[in-house]
Amino acid sequence: MDCTLPILILAIPITMFLILGLLGMKMSHKLAGILGILGMGTAMVLSYTVAFDYFFSGNELFVSAGDRLQYTVFDVTWLQFSERLVVNLGFLLDPISAMMLVVITTISFFVHLYSWGYMEGEKGFQRFYAFLSLFSFSMLGLVVATNIFQMYIFWELVGVSSYLLIGFYYKLPSAVSASKKAFIVTRFADLGMLIGILVLSYYMPTFNFIELTAPGQPEAVLASTGGATFLGGSVLTWALVLIFTGGMGKSAMLPLHIWLPDAMEGPTPVSALIHAATMVVAGVYLVARMFPLYLMEYQALDFIVGIGAITALYAAMVACAQVDIKRVLAFSTISQIAFMMVSLGVARPEIHEGLGYMSSMFHLFTHAMFKALLFLGAGAIIHAVHSNDYTSMGGLRKYMPITHITFLIGCLAIAGIYPFAGFFSKDEMLSAMYGYSTFWGVWMTFVAGLTAFYMFRLYYLIFWWEENPHYKHHKPHDAPWQMSLPLIILAVVSCVAGFIPFGELVTWNREPYHIHIEWLKIAIPSLCVAIFAILLATVMYAKKNSLPDKAAAIWPGLWTAAHRRFYWDEIYMFITHKIIFNVICQSIAWFDRHIIDGTMDAFAKVTQRTSYVIRGFQSGSIQTYVWWYIVGAVALATITCWAIL
Amino acid sequence: MNLTMLMYLIPSLIMFACGVYGFITRKNLIAILISLELMLNSVDLNFVIFNRFLFPGQMEGMFFTLFAIGIAAAETALAIAIVINIFRSIKNIDVRKITKMKF
Amino acid sequence: MILQNILIWFVIIPLIMLAGLAVCKKMTQIRTVMVVCSTALLILSGWLCMDFLAQRAAGNTAEMLYTGDWLWYAPLNIKLSVGVDGISVLMLMLSSIIVFAGTFASWKITPLPRNFFLWFALLSMGVFGFFITIDIFTMFMFYEVALIPMYLLIGVWGTGRKEYSAMKLTLMLMGGSAFLMLGLLGIYWHSGPAADGAAHTWNILEIAHNGAISTGWQYFLFPMTFVGFGVLGAMFPFHTWSPDGHACAPTAVSMLHAGVLMKLGGYGCFRIAIYLLPQAANDLAWIFIILTGISVVYGAFSACVQTDLKYINAYSSVSHCGMVLFAILMLNTTAMTGAIMQMLSHGLMTALFFALIGMIYGRTHTRDIRKMGGLMQIMPYLGVCYMIAGFASLGLPGLSGFVAEMTIFFGSFQNGDMFHRVFVIAATCSIVITAVYILRVVGKLLLGPVFDEHHRSLTDATWWERFSTVTLIVCIAAIGCFPNWINDAIQHSFLPIIENLKAAI
Repeated sequence: MDCTLPILILAIPITMFLILGLLGMKMSHKLAGILGILGMGTAMVLSYTVAFDYFFSGNELFVSAGDRLQYTVFDVTWLQFSERLVVNLGFLLDPISAMMLVVITTISFFVHLYSWGYMEGEKGFQRFYAFLSLFSFSMLGLVVATNIFQMYIFWELVGVSSYLLIGFYYKLPSAVSASKKAFIVTRFADLGMLIGILVLSYYMPTFNFIELTAPGQPEAVLASTGGATFLGGSVLTWALVLIFTGGMGKSAMLPLHIWLPDAMEGPTPVSALIHAATMVVAGVYLVARMFPLYLMEYQALDFIVGIGAITALYAAMVACAQVDIKRVLAFSTISQIAFMMVSLGVARPEIHEGLGYMSSMFHLFTHAMFKALLFLGAGAIIHAVHSNDYTSMGGLRKYMPITHITFLIGCLAIAGIYPFAGFFSKDEMLSAMYGYSTFWGVWMTFVAGLTAFYMFRLYYLIFWWEENPHYKHHKPHDAPWQMSLPLIILAVVSCVAGFIPFGELVTWNREPYHIHIEWLKIAIPSLCVAIFAILLATVMYAKKNSLPDKAAAIWPGLWTAAHRRFYWDEIYMFITHKIIFNVICQSIAWFDRHIIDGTMDAFAKVTQRTSYVIRGFQSGSIQTYVWWYIVGAVALATITCWAIL
Repeated sequence: MNLTMLMYLIPSLIMFACGVYGFITRKNLIAILISLELMLNSVDLNFVIFNRFLFPGQMEGMFFTLFAIGIAAAETALAIAIVINIFRSIKNIDVRKITKMKF
Repeated sequence: MILQNILIWFVIIPLIMLAGLAVCKKMTQIRTVMVVCSTALLILSGWLCMDFLAQRAAGNTAEMLYTGDWLWYAPLNIKLSVGVDGISVLMLMLSSIIVFAGTFASWKITPLPRNFFLWFALLSMGVFGFFITIDIFTMFMFYEVALIPMYLLIGVWGTGRKEYSAMKLTLMLMGGSAFLMLGLLGIYWHSGPAADGAAHTWNILEIAHNGAISTGWQYFLFPMTFVGFGVLGAMFPFHTWSPDGHACAPTAVSMLHAGVLMKLGGYGCFRIAIYLLPQAANDLAWIFIILTGISVVYGAFSACVQTDLKYINAYSSVSHCGMVLFAILMLNTTAMTGAIMQMLSHGLMTALFFALIGMIYGRTHTRDIRKMGGLMQIMPYLGVCYMIAGFASLGLPGLSGFVAEMTIFFGSFQNGDMFHRVFVIAATCSIVITAVYILRVVGKLLLGPVFDEHHRSLTDATWWERFSTVTLIVCIAAIGCFPNWINDAIQHSFLPIIENLKAAI
């Protein structure tokens, strides 16, 4: 296959970054915006071409006897650690990377377009587009990585682009601290990933994904560890769990989730692109990418299930008690990604032929579409009312019809109502979970119900409830076309994406899998739960009433805890500021200045004191010298005489 | 009376000891200088004595003494010049007061 | 003819620089001399690098290229022996880049610009001389030549407690030199073959070839030489000259000192302690792994709570230079390659940091981060450069720090035992702490609202400042994006060292 197109997919965004970053200040806003949008549009078209080629051309490079193949378009040596460990930069085309190319470029393009309206007149407009391009480049590089080290490289790059974009409004202290928090928390997680890669690098023959996950290879890796264990887990389990830690950071799993809600300080299009649709699913993608290795160690997969399920419930509960609409969406994102994680964790060849993997990827795809839609919708609302809190909204449906309809579609999709996209992917995920264990199945169904509840709570509080009296002075209205167009298109996609025969395209072993919906066992019950939750939300929030306050008063402790996000931030603040910063760092700095440096100074002091004492001998008075001379001479003479005699 | 060498040496030793005592104890630069001369002269005396008693017929000791007297004269002149200059600059020739160039 | 050897010109050009400066009167003349000579050095090192790579590509596998040998003190067999391998070539390149950038960074130095540049030139002569020689006595001599000017440069042109810091820095480094001298003399007196004691030599290649130093002596000489050079490499607990020294030094001197002089330590440890005393290196490395491992984490933690910009970077240097020594002690090719990369990377980015801090200090007249804020709005160019330097320091892919650190970690982890593992993992933790202190500074200094309204009237970078920073940033990005040529340049250099180490086990 010709590698021009793949190279261009990566080259266009980075070129745009360099152009806009270096020359942006000299450009007008309009030129910079058009350049950014055109660049991303081109990359999108190219990605579609490549993905279409991969899935449907029937080229024998990509498909053989019905099975899809992994194809390395190019792979060049970037850095050679040793004979064995070579870091390449390349472009791997396989079902999940092709799917991610489509997701990333689509969302990125719409966000570019949307930002043209949303960011209009902002200072640093060009910088914003430059950073968006940098992010797109990094994310694309991440998904097409041919080896785990390339993934780590781009993993760090997306972290930095995320830092830059969260801190876009760098004059606001809150944005600065949020960006710092995001970077440091994910960096901490990346440390785990790095150590995991280090451990693997000792046992693995190579970094390359294809060779690593080729049939028979995981077993060989496992054998090469020679049965070495550490604290009861095999080396491979540890490596995989550590690598998953990196995923936990980026995908905001408990307990490394704390950065994501704060990341909402960034401009809303950024939240839609990075913190809802693309970067935060990198953890899911990482596990999917290394899935054959994870299959070797069910312990690691069970760990993923546990973390994912707890996170899903936690985030859903917190989302029910938030005031800031972007935070509700942020926690919803955490919860949905945890869904994907659980689904990946329960994927086993013996459970519905690895259905969990397919459904996780499917949900990743649909979630990207409807969550981007919801965020962009929220952006349009914030743009109109200039506030993030639902308390300054309410009754907006009359003023913003386009936003209202598209937002409703997004809510229906995430709640899992037939025939919207979320229904299909969620249904498949739940099937896989029930296949794994009924307990987790019921647990996740309950979380799905909570999802429907808090999304509709949000919907009603924004668009129904009670009309805000403030609108009389300042009438909100629908956003300009640059912002509405992405909303409409994404809404359409959210309506129809469920009908994509996803099983034919993406499965864990790349053999086509025919999706069939188990209406009686899974679909109808989960639909019922979702509809019940929506009805409950309707009763509580459609009209202004006192039910919500009463509900909160039933368990005031729980409500407050959920509102304060179960005090995770406070715990982290305590550990980082009080313990690490004040105790460890301060005492080390003190130790350095006073003990180590004090010792060095003490050497100097001692020398100086001694010299003060000794210099008295050097009085300059010749008479004293003579006196000492005579004493010495006499002493010497006495000793000599005594020795002779 | 037959004078032995020791009888010459003892006055010379006393002279030397006086010189040393004076050198160490006196604070006046001129007095110190005189003490110094005293020591020098006692040494000169020794040269002459040793030459006379141990190596009669040879003249090295005598010559050396004459040489040393000449040097001593020059040295005294120099020392006096320094003392005068010190007196000019600090109006004092007490050795304890001359500490300007000390560490 | 001695001048036919290209390496000698690395010393001749600084000498010409000195002579030129000696006759200069006006500022423009001084600048002309400095710019012409430092450009000449840059071109020379660039050409050397190209030619070296070409020779290696052509299959010249000699350990040292461009060798030359001139006796200058026969009774002790001291020679001016020159020769370079890939590592020295890269170090020469680094030094010339930093001298070049440092010249522009001290464009408006006051007072006594001529004297400043005289000492600056003498310092660079010492540095270049150190890297080109392979005779350990001559090497030591150049080492001292590089150290002494530092005293005056800090003591006269510094800021803050400059006399104290200059004294402390010089004395501690001299203390290191004392150890070093002892070690070098020991190496010399045991350098010959055991049979005939007369054939002593100072030449590194010959000493390594003879391999005559007995194990007992190695155990004594290894700590001497390692600590001697380790003091300059800011090894815990001999690092305390670094915060004070850097904080008080003028901009260009901080750049040269952190950028190049601290590399002398790593280079010396590597070239002398490890190469010439392989058996002791194998057996005693663990002691220094503990010390350098502490340096790495300790420096990073200390940097987290400092309030003076220069202190932050000085402690960060302790951490990063600790990483260099740490990697050298891992005694395998990959980790050592990483150490060399880290030297280059740290040299460039610390020079950039100190240049920027000097520029910011020149405007705000404070280095206390509590008294500054929001500088990004006022001087966006310097702010962006500072961020780039910060990202390089915390290991952003595409900039040099990432490549170096990763090579070190992956190389170090190839030692399979638990002791090494624990220390490597502890060292990897430093990347998080680095992120913490870098982002803390960036957040307080550059971002957020403007702290002091008086700062609003400050100007952004001038052309010479831009020139200086751009040079460094381009180099940092070049190494970060295309790291593999460094591998090509230095891969031959490790073979004899590793063979020596293997043979000694």
